[in-house]
Amino acid sequence: MLKIEDLHVSYGGIQAVKGISLEVPDGKIVTLIGANGAGKSTTLRTIAGLVPAQSGQIFLQDEKITNLSSDRIVSKGITLVPEGRRVFPDMTVLENLKIGAYLRRDRPEMEKDLQWVYDLFPRLKERSWQAAGTLSGGEQQMLAVGRALMSRPKIMMMDEPSLGLAPIVVQGIFEIIREINRQGVTILLIEQNANMALKVADQAYVMETGRITRQGTGQELLNDESIKEAYLGKHK
Amino acid sequence: MDQFFQTALSWLLPGISVGGQYALIALGYTMVYGILRLINFAHGDIFTVAGFVMFYAITAMPLGAAVLFTIAVTVLLGFLVERLAYKPLRSAPRMSVMISAIGVSYLLQNLMWYITGGQPQQYPSLPWISDWINVGGIETKRVTVITPILTIVLIVLLLLLVKKTRVGLAMRAASRDFETARLMGIKINTVISVTFIIGSFLAAVGSFLFFSNYATVSPTVGTMPGLKAFIAAVFGGIGSIPGAVVGGFIIGICENIIRGAGYSTFSDAFTFALLILVLCVKPTGLFGEKLEEKV
Repeated sequence: MLKIEDLHVSYGGIQAVKGISLEVPDGKIVTLIGANGAGKSTTLRTIAGLVPAQSGQIFLQDEKITNLSSDRIVSKGITLVPEGRRVFPDMTVLENLKIGAYLRRDRPEMEKDLQWVYDLFPRLKERSWQAAGTLSGGEQQMLAVGRALMSRPKIMMMDEPSLGLAPIVVQGIFEIIREINRQGVTILLIEQNANMALKVADQAYVMETGRITRQGTGQELLNDESIKEAYLGKHK
Repeated sequence: MDQFFQTALSWLLPGISVGGQYALIALGYTMVYGILRLINFAHGDIFTVAGFVMFYAITAMPLGAAVLFTIAVTVLLGFLVERLAYKPLRSAPRMSVMISAIGVSYLLQNLMWYITGGQPQQYPSLPWISDWINVGGIETKRVTVITPILTIVLIVLLLLLVKKTRVGLAMRAASRDFETARLMGIKINTVISVTFIIGSFLAAVGSFLFFSNYATVSPTVGTMPGLKAFIAAVFGGIGSIPGAVVGGFIIGICENIIRGAGYSTFSDAFTFALLILVLCVKPTGLFGEKLEEKV
C-alpha cells in the first residue's frame, strides 16, 4: 500500500499541495480527479521524487519513502507515466522500452516483460524499429505506458493519460489500464476526464486547490450530484 | 601533375591533421552542450592544462606513465570543474552557468600563469609520433598521419558508446529530457559527470597531438584552437557528434589551403567569418537538430 500523510508541497513559489492524505491499497485502481491546477500533478511528481515534499510523509508498505531520489523510487517499484507522454522521440520504440528497464539487470526477465508489453500493445511490436517521434498520439501513450511497465512496477502512476487523444483512443487506453491492473499492477491515476476515471476506479479522491475535498468509491462519486455538476457536466 | 599532387598533399595533410585535433576538442564542446545546453568556455583551457601537465610529467616519469598521468589529471579536472562550478547552478538560469564557465576559463588561465610563470614552455618531443617521415614526397612528423587515424578510431568508439551501451542510452535520454530521464531511474548527475570525463579525455588526447606539432605551451595557447573547435562544433551543428567531427576536419583543411595559397594572414579570419555566416544562414549547422527548447 502507498500511503500519503499530510503532504505539503510548494512548487515554483506556489503552495500547490496543502496537506493531503490518501491511500492506494495494493491491487486497486485509485483516481485523483480535479480541475486544472488543483495540485494533482504535483502530488504525483512528489511521490516520484521529482519535487521535494515540504512536510508530511509518504509510505510504501510502512517504509518511509518521502524525498528519496527518483531512481530510488523507481527501484522501489513506483513508476510515473508523465503528462504529455514524453517518449524519447529520436529513439526507436524498442530503445524507449529498453530505457524503461534502465535500472534492471535481470536480462531474461526483461525479455519476458518486453514480450508482455508487446502482447499488451501489438502495435508497438510492429513499430519497434520506428523512431518514437513518428508515432501517433495514441501510440505514443501506449509506448509511455509500455516503457513504464518495463521497470516491472508494483505501482504505476499515470498523469492525464487521456490528454489530447480522440475519444475512441481514450476508450482503448482505459481498457488497457484495467487489464494492467488485473495483471497485478496497482494504479494511481489522475485525470480531468473524471467520467472515465471514476468508472474504472475502486477508490477516488477529489482535489481542489491543493486539498482533498471528497473521497469515496468510484461509483459513489459517479452518482454524487455535486460531483456530477462540477466535474461531469450537468446534463449527465 | 606530380608537382600538383605534391603541393595538394602538402596542404591537405596538415589540414586533415589539424582538423582531427579540432574535432577531438570540438567533441567536448558538443557533448556538453548536448546535455546541459551549456557552452563550456573552460574546455579550451582544460586542453591547455593537459599540455602543461604533460610538460611537467615527462620530466618526472617515463613516457607511458606521463601520458596516463596527463589523461588522469585532465579527466579529474574536467570532472571537478563540473562538480564545483556548474552543478551547484543546475536549477539557475542558463546565463548564470555560462558566466560561471567564463569565470572558470579565466581562473584556469590565471592559475597557469601563476604556476608556470607565464613563460612559454617547450613541449616534450614524444618519441615515434614526433619522428619525421616521408609521405608521398612530403616531409612531415608522424603525428600528422596518426592524428586523423586516431581521431576516427576514437569517434567510432564514442559513437558505439553512445548508440550501444547503457550509459550511452542514458546520455541520449538526458540530452533530450532531464525529467523523463530521471523517471526512468537515470541519475542525471552521473550522466553529466561521464560526459565531462569523456570530453576531457578527448581534449587530453587532442593536446598530445596538437602540441607535438605546435611545440610550445603557454597559458593562452589553447584559446585559439579552443575557439576554432567551438566554431567547428557550431558549424557541424552543436550537439551533434558527427557534426563536430566533420566541422573540425573542414575548418582544418580550409585553413591550410588558405595558408598554402599564401593568405596565412586571413586563415583565422576565414574561420570566424565562417562562424558568422553559419549563424546567419543555418544556425543549426550542418547536422544540427531543430532548435527545440528543452521542456
